[in-house]
Amino acid sequence: MILPLDLILLLFVVITGIAALQIKDLLGATIILGSFSFFMCLIYTEMGAVDVAFTEACVGAGVGTVLFIAAVHKTKRRSKD
Amino acid sequence: MIITYEDIIIKTLTRVLAPFLQLYALYVIAHGHYSPGGGFQGGVILAASFILMVISFGLDTARRRLSEKADIIFLCLGLLIYSGTGALCLALGGNFLDYSQLVKVFPVTVAKARALGILFVETGVGFGVMAVMTSLVYDISTGGLPPERE
Repeated sequence: MILPLDLILLLFVVITGIAALQIKDLLGATIILGSFSFFMCLIYTEMGAVDVAFTEACVGAGVGTVLFIAAVHKTKRRSKD
Repeated sequence: MIITYEDIIIKTLTRVLAPFLQLYALYVIAHGHYSPGGGFQGGVILAASFILMVISFGLDTARRRLSEKADIIFLCLGLLIYSGTGALCLALGGNFLDYSQLVKVFPVTVAKARALGILFVETGVGFGVMAVMTSLVYDISTGGLPPERE
């Protein structure tokens, strides 16, 4: 466990999380949510929980992004609020 | 919703990548009890190969490879393998999923029987997760309607 690397990754997680909430374009928000999952996966790996990181990389960054993109395609791309 | 889009790079890449993805998924399932991975992750990777087919070749091509009927059969097969292993241990006199009871059926040691039992369970979970993930993508891209009413 390396503390500076942890803090840098945590900063990226916070930035991508806030950006995914704030952005109006839902397709862009989906892609940023995928990168959020990827940084969470890096944090899990760096802390030694490789099994959880594997699941996060598969489900969060892989299949979840595809499901969100399909849902955006079925609805509207712009968010109202 | 997903229309066919002629792009030779994506199609060739999918054609090359899909078999290796499926082989890697089977590796993850089979080595789930030694290393990181297991039934859930392997099943998701196996489903990802079909999802890749859906988003690059279109829904109809992917449905020809793995129809929704076959999907349901895979789902039930996975559940049957999982609960069948548990019920077999229960029938042999142990608790649910008590793999050490499998020595009465297979001619192996107790430690080997535990490894074998968890391999069966991982296989069932892998099939089930693959079928559920693929059917989620099918359903969300057709809007949940049956094929004749899209």
